[in-house]
Amino acid sequence: MTEQERMHCDEVVASLLEYLDGEIDDARRALIDDHLAECRGCFSRAEFERALRDRMRSLASAPPPDSLRRRLKAIIDEF
Amino acid sequence: MEHGAFQSSLQRSRSGCDPPAPTTEDRSFFALRIGELADRLYGVALRFTRNGAAAEDLVSEAVVKAWAHLPQLEDRACFEKWIFRILANTFFSQCRHEREELLDADEDEDGFSLFDRLHQPFLLWWGNPEQELIHKLLCEDLDRALGELPDCYRAVVVSVDLLGHSYTEVAAMLGVPVGTVRSRLNRARSRLQRALWQQALAAGLVQGKSAEDNTHD
Repeated sequence: MTEQERMHCDEVVASLLEYLDGEIDDARRALIDDHLAECRGCFSRAEFERALRDRMRSLASAPPPDSLRRRLKAIIDEF
Repeated sequence: MEHGAFQSSLQRSRSGCDPPAPTTEDRSFFALRIGELADRLYGVALRFTRNGAAAEDLVSEAVVKAWAHLPQLEDRACFEKWIFRILANTFFSQCRHEREELLDADEDEDGFSLFDRLHQPFLLWWGNPEQELIHKLLCEDLDRALGELPDCYRAVVVSVDLLGHSYTEVAAMLGVPVGTVRSRLNRARSRLQRALWQQALAAGLVQGKSAEDNTHD
């Protein structure tokens, strides 16, 4: 890989969230993968953002109250 | 089912070309999957609405809509993604009368980064303050930070970070350009991290590096 092709830290940081969201093309993803394999600071940043996102994802689940369970059962029983 | 496919299935239904009625097998499948997904349906609805009663209404409405369109779902393996898209679409439709709140966004968020506040490279081999903070954060801390976001920001964070929707899918559901979803998500995450930082300061989980940090309430 030439120096021109190599990504610098500021470019990686600018694209990191979209990279973690899977919203960048394969060529750019490969460049960021290469950078993260070599740059400890950016790698740590990526790990942090990934871990924070995993914690956020835990909010996607909450025990439904009995009233909702009863309501859903009544709805489905009527189908 | 992709958003476009969902829309076209709705159009087929409206055009009078109705799919076959659900069968007993459909009912068993549907009841089983709703039971399995109830925790997540309610959890996501709660993050969208910030209100238990409204979340129950949202889940119920989404379930009724999903049942009505179940015969149009060709691949049952896609049920989970499909019903969460219905849930999000239902929420966005409910908010249509408050559309300004979903579409309005301020422009002054400055890219706050928790990592930049916490990371100390010289500690790399024997300490990791940013990962330690993540382990100390409680669900209620995250929930409070998410709840402090304006509706327009919370909608995209829930859709992308909790539901895993793509920017294109969220843009289609909200009726905004993909670039708007991207910029709103960036601002939302910045606000979220700033709120978590302030909570961590207030709880004594971290020490501020600047005078501004230490005077925050």
